[in-house]
Amino acid sequence: MGRMTRDEQLFEYLLHLGDSPLILAQRLGEWVGRGPVLEEDIAQTNVGLDLLGQARLWLSYAGEVEARCRRPGRDEDALAFLRESGQFRNLLLVEQPNGSFADTTARQFLFDAWHLLLLRALAKSGDATIAGIAAKAAKEAAYHVERSGDWVIRLGDGTEDSHAKMQAAIDDLWTYTGEMFTPDAIEPPLIEAGIAADVRSLAAPWRQHVDAVFATATLKAPDATFMQQGGKRGVHTEHLGHLLAQMQVLQRSHPGARW
Amino acid sequence: MTDALQPLAPRAPAMGAADPAGNEARPSLGALWQALDAVPDPEVPAVSVVELGILRGVEWDAIDPLLLVVTVTPTYSGCPATELIMTSIREAVVALGVARVRIETRLAPAWTTDWMTTEARRKLRDFGIAPPGAVPTPSAVDVAGISPLRRAGAAVACPRCGSKQTQLVSQFGSTACKAHFRCLACLEPFDYFKPH
Repeated sequence: MGRMTRDEQLFEYLLHLGDSPLILAQRLGEWVGRGPVLEEDIAQTNVGLDLLGQARLWLSYAGEVEARCRRPGRDEDALAFLRESGQFRNLLLVEQPNGSFADTTARQFLFDAWHLLLLRALAKSGDATIAGIAAKAAKEAAYHVERSGDWVIRLGDGTEDSHAKMQAAIDDLWTYTGEMFTPDAIEPPLIEAGIAADVRSLAAPWRQHVDAVFATATLKAPDATFMQQGGKRGVHTEHLGHLLAQMQVLQRSHPGARW
Repeated sequence: MTDALQPLAPRAPAMGAADPAGNEARPSLGALWQALDAVPDPEVPAVSVVELGILRGVEWDAIDPLLLVVTVTPTYSGCPATELIMTSIREAVVALGVARVRIETRLAPAWTTDWMTTEARRKLRDFGIAPPGAVPTPSAVDVAGISPLRRAGAAVACPRCGSKQTQLVSQFGSTACKAHFRCLACLEPFDYFKPH
């Protein structure tokens, strides 16, 4: 990593910023038409649309930065549809399967609380494009975390059955949350340069918010401390490959197809 | 992120010349703003893109006198209406005789409902959509401070009967920019254009 130029580091970092919302949007897309009630089907799809829009902005910028350092530079579509799973830099959390509505809600809430904090930090980035995208996306993320937090409370403090499902979902996904606060090898120089956000500083406020919502929801944060790592350097769970097979099939089968 | 349009005619008309329909090649900026104020938001047709505050600038290019540069700040990142809005803007200025148009996207400062005109808010209410309240300043990240809608939502009046006895049903209504409410007085459901 020591030989990477600033732009090469920035490119990898932008892939990380864009891939997490992209993959989560794809997961939320799987829910379209299958939500538990009409209002939530629509709400969840709208969250997915916001995330997809944000991913497009990050990946378009990634392509511009890539063009500054090598080759012609790829556009948002090439980056989304023509990379292999080992080249994706998203968090492991977002690629986890939808499961039940409780599983999807837990995944969304744990992500949203982190995402809002990250975007607010990035809005102060020394890179004007990053700051602009982040300031815009943070406004959207504020509504996302409000909604997912409401559902965590509603299900956690609901029936015996909904409480059990919500708690089980949190227990299952907890191991993927540590990665959100662990900088990857490319991040320290970008943090030092005032371009990237220092995710270590997000851990305390994230935990504070999560604990407050869990307390209202009568849920408990797991005691487990082992955390899975790897998403940011392209080491993924088995689920990402299956997701990409579906997401990329059209461009893989009909290269360059447009409508 | 630019969106250039090829000239409609093989050769662009000279300055001051009129096309066969009698349009000037360089209509006044006032006439252009007026035409753009007639371009509706496809998902909220009661208000125009100007009233919504999406349109940030209209000016002639410094080098190419026949190139009109239109600056747009989109609303939500995933708004599916954005591309249609861009197309409608282009069509509106081309209809006035503009030969070449470039639409530029400006992300910062981010679009806010505070840019919406008073007239737009009135039209929204008449259309059956509760207009947005003032945008709350983001405060410390805690359960209360993180919820712009819950804090703003306390004062959302029903666009039909005016009652403030209303209740949030879902943070997202028919589009990402609206929340779904119901009125506890007249029992009608309605959309609330979220402060953003």
